[in-house]
Order: sequence, then structure tokens, then C-alpha cells
Amino acid sequence: MENAFTIAAYVVAGVLFILSLGGLSGQESAKRAVWYGIVGMALAVVATLFGPGSGLWFVSLVLIAGGAAVGYQLATKVEMTQMPELVAIMHSMVGLAAVFVGFNADITINMVEAAKAAAQGNGYEGAFGSASAFTALVAKKTPVEIGILRVELVLGIWIGAVTFTGSVIAYAKLAGGSSMLPFAVDTGAKKLPGGHFLNAAAAALSVVLLLMYLSGSGSWALVLLTIAGLFIGYHLIMGIGGADMPVVVSMLNSYSGWAAAAIGFSLGNDLLIVVGALVGSSGAILSYIMCKAMNRSFISVILGGFGGPAGEQMAVEGEQIAIEADGVATALEDADSIVIIPGYGMAVAQAQQSVAELTRRLRAKGKTVRFAIHPVAGRLPGHMNVLLAEAKVPYDIVLEMDEINDDFPETDVSIVIGSNDIVNPAAQDDPNSPIAGMPVLECWKSKQVFVSKRGKGTGYSGIENPLFFKENTRMFYGDAKASLDKLLGLID
Amino acid sequence: MKIGTPKETFDGEARVAMTPDSAKALQKLGHECLIEAGAGAAAGFTDAAYKDAGVKVVKTGAALFKEADIVAKVRPPSDAEAKRLREGQTLISFFYPVANEELMGTIAKKGSTVIAMDMVPRISRAQKMDALSSMANIAGYRAVIEAGNNFGRFFTGQITAAGKVPPAKVLVIGAGVAGLAAIGASTSLGAITYAFDVRPEVAEQVESMGAEFVYLDFEEEQQDGASTGGYAAVSSPEFREAQLAKFREIAPDIDIVITTALIPNRDAPKLWLEDMIAAMKPGSVIVDLAAERGGNAEGTVMDEKVVTENGVTIIGYTDFPSRMAAQSSSLYATNIRHMMTDLTPEKDGVVVHDMEDDVIRGATITHEKAVTFPPPPPKVQAIAAQPKKEVKELTPEEKREAEAAAFKQETKTQVTLLAVGAAFVLGVGLIPGMPASFMQHFIVFVLSVFIGFQVIWNVAHALHTPLMAVTNAISSIIILGALIQVGSSNLLITLLAALGIFMAAINIFGGFLVTRRMLAMFQKS
Repeated sequence: MENAFTIAAYVVAGVLFILSLGGLSGQESAKRAVWYGIVGMALAVVATLFGPGSGLWFVSLVLIAGGAAVGYQLATKVEMTQMPELVAIMHSMVGLAAVFVGFNADITINMVEAAKAAAQGNGYEGAFGSASAFTALVAKKTPVEIGILRVELVLGIWIGAVTFTGSVIAYAKLAGGSSMLPFAVDTGAKKLPGGHFLNAAAAALSVVLLLMYLSGSGSWALVLLTIAGLFIGYHLIMGIGGADMPVVVSMLNSYSGWAAAAIGFSLGNDLLIVVGALVGSSGAILSYIMCKAMNRSFISVILGGFGGPAGEQMAVEGEQIAIEADGVATALEDADSIVIIPGYGMAVAQAQQSVAELTRRLRAKGKTVRFAIHPVAGRLPGHMNVLLAEAKVPYDIVLEMDEINDDFPETDVSIVIGSNDIVNPAAQDDPNSPIAGMPVLECWKSKQVFVSKRGKGTGYSGIENPLFFKENTRMFYGDAKASLDKLLGLID
Repeated sequence: MKIGTPKETFDGEARVAMTPDSAKALQKLGHECLIEAGAGAAAGFTDAAYKDAGVKVVKTGAALFKEADIVAKVRPPSDAEAKRLREGQTLISFFYPVANEELMGTIAKKGSTVIAMDMVPRISRAQKMDALSSMANIAGYRAVIEAGNNFGRFFTGQITAAGKVPPAKVLVIGAGVAGLAAIGASTSLGAITYAFDVRPEVAEQVESMGAEFVYLDFEEEQQDGASTGGYAAVSSPEFREAQLAKFREIAPDIDIVITTALIPNRDAPKLWLEDMIAAMKPGSVIVDLAAERGGNAEGTVMDEKVVTENGVTIIGYTDFPSRMAAQSSSLYATNIRHMMTDLTPEKDGVVVHDMEDDVIRGATITHEKAVTFPPPPPKVQAIAAQPKKEVKELTPEEKREAEAAAFKQETKTQVTLLAVGAAFVLGVGLIPGMPASFMQHFIVFVLSVFIGFQVIWNVAHALHTPLMAVTNAISSIIILGALIQVGSSNLLITLLAALGIFMAAINIFGGFLVTRRMLAMFQKS
């Protein structure tokens, strides 16, 4: 059993973790807060390593060092535009680790049961003298507690399995061509024939297997249950399109937390429970915020695809009028207040440095330049903020949707770079639009709008955007980075 | 058809209903044009100019009435002129049928057709022949000029070597055509201009002309201007009180008041009362464009300029358009020409008096020996009905009510959530045989979820990506589980635990490092 010192270390670590999340309320305090997290983690690991009952600490240290090397490589090499992929693949590791730990618990239980049976009459206490701390813990449990333990570990394994395959698929979808996986995944929403019935069937099967496992059918039920979880994770995320990835990633974030908490229950480790609950609720809130920003229910996102339109969508009138770089440059020279609306297209084209340079030059001329960030811009919550920060755009001119939406009527020029649905006026005007009611950035209210876009096609969601046809809108076709570099040549 | 214009017989009237330019256009419609000798002299159009435009100059008015099929003039016909009209002849002029009912009856009996230019309905299609608007426009402009003439100061503020001149403050009451023209002239002369109208929907027009709209603190369902053909209607006594109170409040600051408030077919409402005039500074000027209908200001004398005891000049002229005869004649003549264009659809000099046409029907007051006034309401709405403003200004009570309701709702959801949560936790505790050790962990779990929700709501939106990275790193706390298990005597356990440690370690280091990297990038400008 853990001694008092280990528990005390866990308490300190738990407080530090809470502070590290709380510190993220502001950019400056966040820089301090991340150190709280690091110290908390170090404390927890050291206390566990050198606490009683933990064997093989040398091997553990070597493994941690190896993991550290890989983690360091990943973290320093990654481009900021690839952040969504990185986060997704990391979730998969937590999921897989939860599966392993859960299986270990099952094996331990079986060992203990066997030992109990063997030692019947001998007083089994002494039988585990050399075994690990966990074995000792399990050995003390009553049959009821063992039952609960099994439920907990099944939950941990199952959620871990869903998180694992789900995250791998999310990674593959987000990474697209640059995926490190040996297989490619279509970024669109793909379902096997049978759709959600397959998911429901797998879930039902999981429940049946859980009951069988509890009634002592043995570990094969657990293996099958894991396979069912893996399948659900795979199939669920396959059915969700690329545009919904912010929700998916935050949902998986949440799952990885719940998996950790479930494992914490089965191991009787309070720190695991605390952290798992923190991470789980954090991911849940993020998913909620993302769903709200898209005006969709969590269920409809998870079940994949947009809800069918309620009726005929409004026909879009007018035509898209193209403009060249010199026209945009002239308009920018004349403008006093400019708002830039970046989207995933900016990330794809790696145009954030050019955008930042443009911002610097315009600001040097005394113009007001601000950024309007929609909550679901990009493929990860807060993705655009990170990209702009990387390009050294000061964060105090990067505003949220609610902060800037009322300012558009006084704005001279809005520049939309690689966003589509988040600036779609149909969300407000057309009750039949699939995105009707979704809060959008009202850039069409500014005097002039330039849309930097690769071609005439519709976006990820395939919804026609009336903004592109408005009278005050000009289309600035071409790759975002190439277009902006051309523009930079004309503005000095 | 022969269209003739006699000389205006009304004393001081300088306008003329036909100009050389309009005559040329009328001839293109296939008509012949006649004019009485000297008719255009007061407006600056010589007989020679008319002759050059192909107009036949007729010596006397009597001869013209005899020869012309259509007589176009400005003022309503005098009794003498009315007598000269004959059966089948058409008269086009201002007529004011409500005021001149008797004359209208006489002419109808004779069998002449009268098209009253003041009765042209206010619909978009008829704007080109809306002579009232043309004249009101001129009157509004001239009112400002007349005010300036009698005002001993600059309109615009100036800072000169000889001292500072404050800008004049002008209040325009009634933002119809004349009011808007006055606002335009006044602002372009540099005065600070205020405007008031009972129709709040014109506030936007007023502001577009550069004036400030004077709003009243008055809660009343304002009637829609569209239902009265775009004209103002009589307002309630309460509204009138609120309006007068506002005027009283601003009167001492105002240098020039231009009143243009008219309600169709009624005496002009009294809006600028004696006490307001008394409150004004000496040298101030009031131009009352409603003088013909009794005036908006108390003390207005029709067609005269009076100076009150405290030195305020009240101008009650009614002949503003006539004072700018060249301009008003050319506009009025153009209005008449447009009317003729509508009456001559084939452009062949044949007049077709189509009583089915909204505009012609509305303007015709006598036709085929019958009085056809008042006309039926036009089929086309004058002005598109204004959609009622959906967002109503809430009164303080309503606001408080709404807040209370929101608070109630919030309390309700919170209590419901708490009840459900508590019931769930209690339910778990009630499961028979539930061991206390589990409940201890359960408490920790529930409280942690609670703390998580409290903490995460405060995270800035911009930091959501770092949040995910850091939660990712700390969710690798699962490494603890693997660390505890790795020392097992079972090789499989050790192997799986070792893998778990390795992967969790990747996550810990990767997650924290990448978070550090991201956060370091956020910089303030």
C-alpha cells in the first residue's frame, strides 16, 4: 500500500494540475501555469517511482527517458499548422496506455483469484510478499469490491479503446497526405453499410460482454469487448467529416480523461481520478463550446454529417467578381480600419507569416488592423490563435467573434482568408440552409470584402456561400500565400 | 392639340407654366403651343425666346383661352378666367379643390375638364409631375435664403482676427420636401441644423442631409406614414404636449426656425407658441412656410414680415416659389410637360384622358360635366409600408421583469441539475453492498469533475489549443498505473506496463513541450 508520503505528493500534484489549467485564463498567466503542470507531473512520477511497492524502477526510468526523447522530437519538429494532428495522435497514446493498464489489472485479478484458490486454508496473506503494490491491493479486496473493480476496468479499457482508434482515425483525417500512418483515410464522412446500426450493435455487444465478464466468463470476453470498443472508435470517427474535427478532437480529449479516471478507480489511485476528471470535463466543455459555435447539438455532430435541409435552399443570385492584387492593394491603402478573418485555408497554405507581414505593414501606416476568430475556425479549438501567435501577431488585436461582430459596419475592408462557412450569411438569412442559426462573422456588413480563395468550389461542408456573390465582395482567387505575397509586393 | 399658357393674373405672381424648353418638348409630343404676350417676362423668358422655340404668341388672354384646347397655368383660375373656359376645354393648374369647391362646381357644370396639379397622387411613377414637391423644394431653399437675409449674422462659425463667430443654430420643423430642402441649404451654409418631424421614420433622411433629428421622449405607437400617403397626420394631444415641451426646452438656443408643418386639408398646427418666441434671442428669425394655412408660429401674418417686441422677425410670405420665378417656372413647366406626356401616350398630339390611370384619375377633379373629386384611393401604395420595428425599447419594469425571469430560469436549471446530480450520487450510495472504499474514490471523482467545470469555463478562447495540449500531457498521469504494475511477477503484465510507461512518457514530454512552445509565441503588441 502507498505510504503517507506518496499520498501527500499526490495532493500537491493534484493542486498543481488544477492551477495549471486555471492559469490558462490569460496569455501571461498561462506561461507560468504550464510550469505548475510540469512540476506536478514530475512530483507524481517521482513519488510513485520511489514509493513503496514499485519495482523495476531502473527499467521505468529508461522507458521514461526513451519516451522523453520521442516526445521531444515530436514537440520540437511539429509545425504549428500540424497541431491538430499532433494532439489527435497523442490522445491515441493515452487511450492505448489505458487499455494496457486495464488488461494488466484483469490479469492481476485472475492471478490473485488463482492464488486465493491455491492458498485456500493456508492463510494467503504471505503469498504475495514479493508481488507489486497493486497485487497486494487487489488481494485485500472483498468479492464485491472485485466486482466493482471489474466494472471500472472494463470502462477504462473500453473508453481507452474507443479513444485509441478514434484518435488514430482523426489523426489520419487531419494529417491527410502527410500522415505517418501506413494507410490513408478519406477525409470525407464515410460509413460502412449499416451506418449507426453497426455502432449501436457494437455498443450492445459490449454491454452483453460486460455482463458475461462479470459473471466470470473469463478474459476472452474482455478481449472481445476491447475489439468492440476499437471498432466503435474507428467507425464513429470515420463517419464524421473533416469540418467537424474540432468537436471530434475535443471529444476524444474528454474520453482520454474519462479513461484515465476509470483506470484510477480500478487502481484505487486518487490522483488518476482527479486528473482524469479534470481532463474529462475540460474536453466536454470544449466540445460544448464548439457545438454551440456551430449551432449544432453534440449528438448530431457525433452521428456525423449535417442534418438534412428543411426545404429548398435559397438560390444565390449575382455572380462572383474577381479582383487582382493591385485592386486589393489600392483598397487597403484607402482603408482606415481592416479586419482579417482567417480560416483553415490559411493554415493549409501556410500563409500566416505573409498575413502577419501584411498586418505589420498596414499597422505601420497607422491603420487599424484586427483579426476576427470564429470559435470553429481551423481544425482545433483555438487553432488560428496559435498560428497567428507563431507568426508574431500580437494577441491583443486578435479578437473573438462576440468581441468584433458589432464592429463590422464601421469596418472599411474585411479580408477573408481561407474561411467559408464561418462567414456564410445564409446562416442568418436562409432558414433552410444546413447551417441556419449558426453564429457567423458578419463581415458582409463592412464596406468592402475581399475573399482569398483557391477556386470557385464550395467549402468542406459543400454549402454555397452567398457572401461570395454580394455586391461589396470581390474574389481574390489563388493560393492564399501566393496571393498575399503578390499583395505584399504592392504595399510597402 | 393646342396648349396655351396665359399670363398669371394673380397679384405678384411671377411664375409661368410654360418655358421655351418645355414648349419644345411639348411640340415633340405633337402639340402646338401658344403663349400670351409677356407671360414669361416676370420669370425672365422673353416673347422672342418663345417665338424662337416655335411658340405662337397671342396678344390677349381672352384670345388665348378661345384658341387653346388645353390651358396650362400656375395659380387656380380667377373668376374671369373660369368664365372663359368652355365645354371640352382642359385646364391644368394648381386648384386646391377643397378650398375652391364652389369654383370647381361651376366649371364642372360648364363641362370643362380640370387637372389639378396639387392633386397628383404621391406614387413613384408620378414623381416627375409632382409640382407640389418641386415648389416645396424651392420654398424650403428660399426660406433659408430669406432667413439669412433677415438674420444679422453668419450661418457658419468662424474664427477671425476680429473675434470668434459662433455658428447659427437652425431648427427645421417638418421634414417634408420643403423641410429637407431647407435642411440641405442650411447645412451647406454652415449652420448647425436640427430637425423635427412627427414621423420618426424620416429621421434617417434628416440625418442623411446633415441635420440632427430631435427625438422626443414619448412612448406611443407611431402611425405608419405610408397609411396616409406619406403625409403627416394629426397627432394625439399627449404627443403634442411632449413636442411643445421639447421646443420650449430648445427655443432659447435656436437662432432661426423654419416651420413647414402642414397636414393635408387642415389648418396648419400651431407649434411655435408665443412663449417660445419670447424665449428666443433678439435678432432671431422665424420663417413660417405654413403661413398660407394660418402659420405654425403664433403671430405669423400671411404675406408679411413682422418683428416682435423682443426683436424676433417672423416671415409669413407665401410666395417663395414666385420669388425664384425662373427656377420654379422651369420646374413647374417640366411637371406640366410630364403630365402632357402621360396624357398623350401615342405622342401624336391626341389627348387620351384615361380615367383608369391612377395618376390622371387622381389629378382630375372635373370631367365630362361631373365633379370627380375626391378620387378613389390609388391602387398603388404611396410608400412601401415600413415593417414594424421588432425590437421594442423595453421599459425599466419590463427589463426588471425579464431579468427576474432569467434569474428564475437560471435558478430552476441549476436546482434541477443539482437535484439530478445529488439523486445520482445518492443512488450510487444506496446500491446494496456498495463498499465504502469505492465511495471514497467516488467523492474525489465528483468533486474533481466539479472543479474541472469551474476552472475550464474561465479559459480564454485563444488558449484552447494550449489547453488541449496541456490536458493531453496531464492525462498521461495514467503512467502512474503502469508504474505501479510494472514490478509484477507476471511477465505479460510487466511488458504491457512497460509499453504503457513508454507511451505515456512520450505524451508527457511532448505535451508539455509543445504547450510551452505555443505559449511562448503569444505576444502583446
